[in-house]
Amino acid sequence: MSTLLEMSGVSVSFDGFKAINNLSFRIGEPELRAIIGPNGAGKTTFMDIITGKTKPDEGRVLYGEKSLSLLKMSESQIARVGVGRKFQKPTVFEAQTVRENLAMALKNPRGPFDVLLYKKTAEGAARIEALAEEIGLTAELTRPAGELSHGQKQWLEIGMLLAQEPRLLLVDEPAAGMTPTEREHTTDLLRRAAEKHAVVVVEHDMEFVRRLDCKVTVLHEGSVLAEGSLDHVTQNQQVIDVYLGR
Amino acid sequence: MKQGLLSRNPSILWFLAALGLFTLGITVLSEATGTGLISTSFVKTLGKTLCLCLIAIAMDVVWGYCGILSLGHFAFFGIGGYAIGMWLMYARTEAIVAESLAASPIPPTAQEIIDATGTQIFGVVGSSDFPLIWAFSHSLTLQLLMVLLFPGLLALVFGWLAFRSRVTGVYLSILTQAMTLALSLYLFQNDSGLRGNNGLSGLQNIPGFEAVPQSQISIAFFWASALALGLGYVLFAYVTSGKMGSVVRGIRDNEGRVRFLGYHVESYKLFVFTITAIVSGIAGALYYPQAGIINPAEIAPIASIYLAVWVAIGGRGRLYGAVIGAAFVSLLSSWFTGGGAPDIPLGFYTIQWVDWWLILLGLSFVAVTLFFPKGIGGLFDYLTHVKTPFRVGDYGPDKGALRQEEGHEQ
Ligand SMILES: Nc1ncnc2c1ncn2[C@@H]1O[C@H](COP(=O)(O)OP(=O)(O)OP(=O)(O)O)[C@@H](O)[C@H]1O
Ligand SMILES: [Mg+2]
Repeated sequence: MSTLLEMSGVSVSFDGFKAINNLSFRIGEPELRAIIGPNGAGKTTFMDIITGKTKPDEGRVLYGEKSLSLLKMSESQIARVGVGRKFQKPTVFEAQTVRENLAMALKNPRGPFDVLLYKKTAEGAARIEALAEEIGLTAELTRPAGELSHGQKQWLEIGMLLAQEPRLLLVDEPAAGMTPTEREHTTDLLRRAAEKHAVVVVEHDMEFVRRLDCKVTVLHEGSVLAEGSLDHVTQNQQVIDVYLGR
Repeated sequence: MKQGLLSRNPSILWFLAALGLFTLGITVLSEATGTGLISTSFVKTLGKTLCLCLIAIAMDVVWGYCGILSLGHFAFFGIGGYAIGMWLMYARTEAIVAESLAASPIPPTAQEIIDATGTQIFGVVGSSDFPLIWAFSHSLTLQLLMVLLFPGLLALVFGWLAFRSRVTGVYLSILTQAMTLALSLYLFQNDSGLRGNNGLSGLQNIPGFEAVPQSQISIAFFWASALALGLGYVLFAYVTSGKMGSVVRGIRDNEGRVRFLGYHVESYKLFVFTITAIVSGIAGALYYPQAGIINPAEIAPIASIYLAVWVAIGGRGRLYGAVIGAAFVSLLSSWFTGGGAPDIPLGFYTIQWVDWWLILLGLSFVAVTLFFPKGIGGLFDYLTHVKTPFRVGDYGPDKGALRQEEGHEQ
């Protein structure tokens, strides 16, 4: 398992408030990692930093074999080198159909002229069908995404993430708004993705995390409080105090 | 591809058919090619209107589809007009000068003709030398190239600067207003090299076609304008459909999300901004020979604002909506301001439409924005029974609230 992403000594403050405090983190490929922590621990901000949405005040974020510095890259460049993200609040293109949403995410050249001259291919169509099947939206392919339920939008986001075929998948609270069966399906899906790629999952739901059956990182006040197996971290007194005990 | 384009956009065929019929109708009724029921000046008005429809669809693409409220696209229209105007004015003046000098006892040299032409053109601003910007004005081909290059380059540079620093929304609109204002103020100066506030005139006289009556020239320009509008419509339908259209509308609705999918949003905006600027330039180059004169007032900031009003009234986000808005409002506007609408005496006050038309237009704009956000084009949804159910916003639970247990199936 080689290191895919390495973050070291990263800090971010918003108006003097340190949301991320000297955070270090590394993930290999393939690897599945769960991140837990109380509200406001900085989990989403952590993903914002990797994807280029938030620029940290200090620290390094290195990615891939060539150790690219993600901090020097724009959001779209970061996405193109293989970092994909599912947002905490599902943000799909509501005015466009499920199919259009998936097609936009599909791994293909991203330049304006590539896209202008893009011709639909049978493979692309098949890939969309397969993804729709996977996320249970086959019947909704022609519906505008804005009509979907919250849970379906979550699925669409997951589908768009998979469509990009990223090497590093950042998945922020995938299970919110899902039924127990759907949650099981989601864990299966993430574990399957983690057979080849690096997957980071943020979740509050302990059962969900238990089923992921992977190494867990506990974030608190912007830095790592504990790291290890779920049983290991849940026995940690500090973790119980700040997160589980409430 | 063609097949796919048409099946995705049934409006293309309808539009082209309507435009074809309209063109045929006017041809049959015009003085030069038909019964003469329609005056030459009205043919010109209609031809100009088609050019306005062309810039309106460009505006619709940049605003209605890509979400960039550019309030400067008339600058590109004006630049296109100036670019073709320079050749028209140069070639015609040169012909007249050459003819008058030919009568003199000693035949004039080429340089003498050029100098005399310069004196003729720039006399009004107290100059006689051709400024650098006129370097290509002797050549129709080069000047036609300028019709594309000038607006394209300005849009490219301006857009690159603005989009690169992620200026969006109202700030971008203000910037585009500043651009068109700066350009018009610059052109107002006598030493701008483009005859200051006199502008370029006599553009309706086409060099080489002096013997052809205006009735024929007007119908030729009308056809050219209709052709340009048809081609522009197909071009923009292509750009706004398929995957490109998907990305462009995605940028309008949530550009951040498009970035995280790996698309370089700034390049897309620059592409749309530039291509619409070029089409605007072409529209201007067809418009001003029909108008006969162009001056810096045409590029005043208000012109670009009207353009946005047309598109809003016609219905943005659909190309035929922009065409309807531009045609309807601009024709109505010339009817009201041209004294077509009778004054309304109220006894204590007489409503004169020349003054009141703008107020009426302003009120309609407000009303459309508030009550019919889809504009006139939205009426077609009733005709075709296309219901566009819309569910924007978050209907699910707000954010993923803290949960320590599995949810339960209801
Ligand atoms: N753009 C911002 N400006 C100011 N403060 C911010 C910003 N983004 C995040 N914060 C703050 O940083 C802290 C960490 O936020 P973050 O969203 O990363 O938490 P989280 O761990 O994802 O929480 P949750 O479990 O509620 O999703 C919070 O206190 C938040 O208010
Ligand atoms: Mg969060």
